[in-house]
Amino acid sequence: MIRVILPPHLRTLAHVGGDVELNVEHPVTQRSVLDALEARYPMLRGTIRDHTTRERRAFLRFFACEEDLSHQSPDAPLPDAIASGKEPFIVIGAISGG
Amino acid sequence: MSTVRVLVGTRKGAFILTSDGKRENWDVSGPHFAGWEMYHIKGSPVAPNRLYASQSSSWFGQIIQRSDDGGKTWHQPGTPPGEVPAPGPPKTASNKFVYDATPETGKPLITHQFYDGTQHPWEFKRVWHIEPSLTDPDTVYAGVEDAALFRSTDGGENWQELSGLRGHGTGPNWQPGGGGMCLHTIILDPGNPQRIYIAISAAGAFRTDDAGKNWKPINRGLYSQYIPDPRAEVGHCVHHVAMSPSRPSVLFMQKHWDVMRSDDAGDNWKEISGNLPTDFGFVIDVHAHEPETIYVVPIKSDSEHFVPDGKLRVYRSRIGGNEWEPLTKGLPQNHCYVNVLRDAMAVDSLDKCGVYFGTSGGQVYASADAGDSWAPIVRDLPAVLSVEVQTLG
Repeated sequence: MIRVILPPHLRTLAHVGGDVELNVEHPVTQRSVLDALEARYPMLRGTIRDHTTRERRAFLRFFACEEDLSHQSPDAPLPDAIASGKEPFIVIGAISGG
Repeated sequence: MSTVRVLVGTRKGAFILTSDGKRENWDVSGPHFAGWEMYHIKGSPVAPNRLYASQSSSWFGQIIQRSDDGGKTWHQPGTPPGEVPAPGPPKTASNKFVYDATPETGKPLITHQFYDGTQHPWEFKRVWHIEPSLTDPDTVYAGVEDAALFRSTDGGENWQELSGLRGHGTGPNWQPGGGGMCLHTIILDPGNPQRIYIAISAAGAFRTDDAGKNWKPINRGLYSQYIPDPRAEVGHCVHHVAMSPSRPSVLFMQKHWDVMRSDDAGDNWKEISGNLPTDFGFVIDVHAHEPETIYVVPIKSDSEHFVPDGKLRVYRSRIGGNEWEPLTKGLPQNHCYVNVLRDAMAVDSLDKCGVYFGTSGGQVYASADAGDSWAPIVRDLPAVLSVEVQTLG
């Protein structure tokens, strides 16, 4: 199972209280994780990736294993620790605004 | 006895204020959607417990919320909480607003004028205004930034652009105002289901007489010093337009500067600013039972977005403009420097007519006597973006 940590506003939209666990077929990539997330929680479609371009929204980042993976290819394999569920895939909002 | 429900959108959530017909004691619920910008919440005239809300954020984009129980519970249309979606492609996308670029519907627009005068791609940012149909609770219109009009006929589950508006020819000359290029006003004619009025900042007012297929600018008589041709067909920064449902061919407009009226469905406008202390402002509204009684809140200037002289004054004209009286009883008359935004005033349909407005300081004021006296319902909300009223029962 892949573990995903969402920012608080997206947890509220998805009606989940904590980490999200997803079954994701290999290879595990940003794209396959987010596809699985949006399929299970369709209310999140458009909130992490643009509906049309499918690009990451500008004020969000993807962290995992103490690295910022935001600018990696969405089809690049994620670290094994993510694929095994040992470490979470973190969607995080930029600290900005008022 | 009647009930009044006031729907308040703020920079950091939505609030629902409820009272009986006396409008003296209020229950306050909220914040709903805490932390989100709630640009607008509005109920269906034919199914008043059906509410639609525009929820947005720079981080997560646009969300449409719907309530079917008067705001007690909410969900995104098509995705009820707790329901595991069926496998396969999604059937709904309630927050998907995609500009129509299909060849079948004519002339898809690519660019509009930007702040610096260059052409800029059309980019969806948020829904500014939601207007439920007068006859069908599942039909609802959305005015968006960058300016376009969308419609849903399935309760907000899916949205389609009425692309005749952007494609009618003047689109490349539209430009954003200070708040962005937003379609902020949608007025449905209760006597003619084919007729819709909309307004865009900064393009002007437009009208369709065939339910949205074809549109024409209705800006004759507007004069705007801040565009190269002050009498141009488009480019005017219209802030809000209001109509009395009992007389739908008469329109009142608060433009960037100037308060205007039209007696021929927008074909021609004349200025009615008269003795206002300043004719800059955002809101304008019409008394529920007296179609010549109108309200504005003058704002000092476009470089100082607060009320003049530190005094919060609603101005009322009982003769359709030009002669205005300040309404001050119960409103702060010193050291007040708030703004009242374009969608932040509404009227109920009780007798006497109630008038409501919200401020950038987080106050929502109510008058149960058509503006003669005022009292705050709440004083310390986040900055108010919109106020709508439902008269129930």
